[in-house]
Amino acid sequence: MELVFALVIGALTSSGVYLILRARTFPVVVGLTLLSYGVNLFLFSSGRLATGQQPIIGTAASYADPLPQALVLTAIVIGFAMTAFVVVLSLRNLADNEDDHVDGKQPYKSPAPEEESEVTGK
Amino acid sequence: MNHWLTAPVLIPLLGGILQAFMGYAPISLRRTLALATTVLMLVSAIVLLLMANDGSYRIYAFGNWQPPFGIVLVLDRLAALMLIMTAILALFCHLFSIGGADEGNRQFHGLFLFQLMGLNIAFLTGDLFNLFVAFEVLLIASYGLLMHGGGTARTVPGLHYVVLNLIGSAVFLISVGMIYSVTGTLNMADLAVKVSQVSGEGLSIVKAGGMMLLVVFGLKAAILPLCFWLPRAYSKATAPVAALFAVMTKVGIYAILRVYLLIFGDDAGELANLGMDWLFPIALATLAMGVIGALGSGTLKTLVAWQVIISVGTLLAPIALGSEAGLSAALFYLLSTTWTVGGLFLVSELVANQRGSAKDRIITAPKMQSRTFLSVLFLVGAVAAAGLPPLSGFFGKVLILQSAESGTEMAWLWSVLLTGSFLTVIAYSRAGSIVFWRTVDGHLNKPEPLNGRVSVAAGALTALAIVMVVLAGPIMAYTDATAAQLHNSDAYIEILQTPMVGKDS
Repeated sequence: MELVFALVIGALTSSGVYLILRARTFPVVVGLTLLSYGVNLFLFSSGRLATGQQPIIGTAASYADPLPQALVLTAIVIGFAMTAFVVVLSLRNLADNEDDHVDGKQPYKSPAPEEESEVTGK
Repeated sequence: MNHWLTAPVLIPLLGGILQAFMGYAPISLRRTLALATTVLMLVSAIVLLLMANDGSYRIYAFGNWQPPFGIVLVLDRLAALMLIMTAILALFCHLFSIGGADEGNRQFHGLFLFQLMGLNIAFLTGDLFNLFVAFEVLLIASYGLLMHGGGTARTVPGLHYVVLNLIGSAVFLISVGMIYSVTGTLNMADLAVKVSQVSGEGLSIVKAGGMMLLVVFGLKAAILPLCFWLPRAYSKATAPVAALFAVMTKVGIYAILRVYLLIFGDDAGELANLGMDWLFPIALATLAMGVIGALGSGTLKTLVAWQVIISVGTLLAPIALGSEAGLSAALFYLLSTTWTVGGLFLVSELVANQRGSAKDRIITAPKMQSRTFLSVLFLVGAVAAAGLPPLSGFFGKVLILQSAESGTEMAWLWSVLLTGSFLTVIAYSRAGSIVFWRTVDGHLNKPEPLNGRVSVAAGALTALAIVMVVLAGPIMAYTDATAAQLHNSDAYIEILQTPMVGKDS
C-alpha cells in the first residue's frame, strides 16, 4: 500500500509541477489542482497509513491518527476556494488581454514606462 | 486564559461580516463603520501592548482545550509589537482609502478588514497549521484587494501573485506534514520541546521540512530568488492597498523570527539554528538586488516597491546573525521601515494624481499643484527610507551596524549595507529632483485638489518617522525587552502548563 500511495503522490506532484511550468493559464490551473491533490494525499499520509484502526490513542496497539484528516479537510476547503478564484482570475486575464498566456499578450514588460512618443507628459 | 487576545481577531471579523452584508448601504455609512472598526482594532492592540509589556506570556485556548491538543493564541511582546504596527499602518491606509480609493468596489472595506484579521491571526497564533490558515485568510483577501480598481494593468501581476502564493501554500502544507509526521505535534511550544529530541531518520525529515518552511516564509518576505513578483504587483496596486501590503512581507519576517528562534533555536539540539547560515548571504544579496532595482525603476511606486525588498534584506541580515542586539535593532528598523514605505506609497499616489498623464513616472512634467506639501512629504519619506539622519531609518540602520560583531560577517554587513544606503540615496535624489524640480512649461488638465483625508493619512504616516525619533528611548527599551524574551524560549514552552478554565491546578 505504501508503494502505491507514494507513486500516486509522486505522479500527481510531478505532473502538477510540469503543468504549472507551462505558459498558458489553463494548464497552470490544472497543474495547481493536481499539485494540491498530491499535497493533500501527502498530508494524509503524515499520520501513517493504517486500515481498520480506531482513531483513539490507548485502545489498541496502533491507531489511525485523526489529526491529519482534520488538516486535510481544512486544506481541501482552502484549496477548492483558491482554485475557484484562480479560474476566475485566469478568465479575467483572458478577457483583458485576449490571450491566455500567463504574461498577457507579449512577453511582459516590467515596470519600466510603456513605449511613449512624448516623454514630457504634458 | 485571557479573552482579550481574541479582540484583534474578532473586531475585524465582525466588522468585515457587517460590511459584506451592507454592500448596498450608503457609502458614508459603510465608511464610518469600517473606520470605526479599524479604530477599535487599534484600541485593542494598544490594550494588548500594555498587557504584554510586563514580559509574561498570555494564552487563549480555543474551546478550553489544553495545549498542545487545541489551538492557542499566544500573546508576547513580539506579537503585541506586530499588532500595534499593523493597526497604526492600517488606520492611516484606511483613512486614505476613504478619500476616494474605495469607490468602485462595494466590498473594498470588507476585504480590507478580512486582510487585517488574517494578519492578526498570523501574529497571535501559537500553532503551525493555524499559521497556514492565517496566511490563507490574509492572502485570499489580498488577492481581492490587489485586483481592486479598474483597468487591466493589474490582471497579469495579480495572476502571477496568486499562482506563486498557491504554490507557496502547497509547499507550506508539505513541510507541515513532514514536521508533523516525525514530531506528532503542530503546537509551536510543543514543537520546540519535541524537535530537540528528534534523532535518527526523523532528523533529516524535520530538517527538510524546516528548510522548506524557510522557502515559504522567504516567498512571503520576498527574499532574493523569490522577490521578482513583488515590484510589479505592488506598483500596480491601488495606493492604500500597496501601503497595507508593506506589512505583508513583514509577516514572512515575523514567521521566520517566531519559528526559527523558538522551534529551531539555540536549544534545538542537532537542528539548532537551522538555515540561518543560508539566510545571511541571501539577505545581503536581497539588499543588493533591491538597490539595483531601485536605481533602475521608472516610476515612483516601483521605486518604493523595491524599497520594500531593500528593507527585507536589511532586516533579515541581523536576524540571521541572531544576536540579541541585532534582533532589537531589526525590530526597531521593522517599525520604521514599514510605516515609511507605507507613507511613501501614499505620497506617490498623491503625486501621481497631481501630474496629469505623467502619473508617477520619473520624467519631467508641468508644475504640479500642492508641490510644497508633497515634496516635503516625499523628502521626509525618502530621508527615512534611505537612512539619513535625523530620521528613524538612520537610527535603525546604525543600530543594525552596531550589532554586528567583528569578523567577516561584520565586514560583509557594513560594506553591503552602507554601499546600498548610498546608492538608495542616489535613487531617491534622482527621482525627487526630476519629479519635483525639473518642470517644463505646459498645461495640466485641472487635477482634483488634495482632500483632507488623503493629506492627513499620507502626512501622518510619513511623520511617524519623526515621532519614532522623539520616542526612540521607550521604543528601544521595548525592542530590547522583546529581543531578550525571544531568546528565552524556555519561558514560551511553559505555556503548555497553563491551567485551563475550571481545572484545579
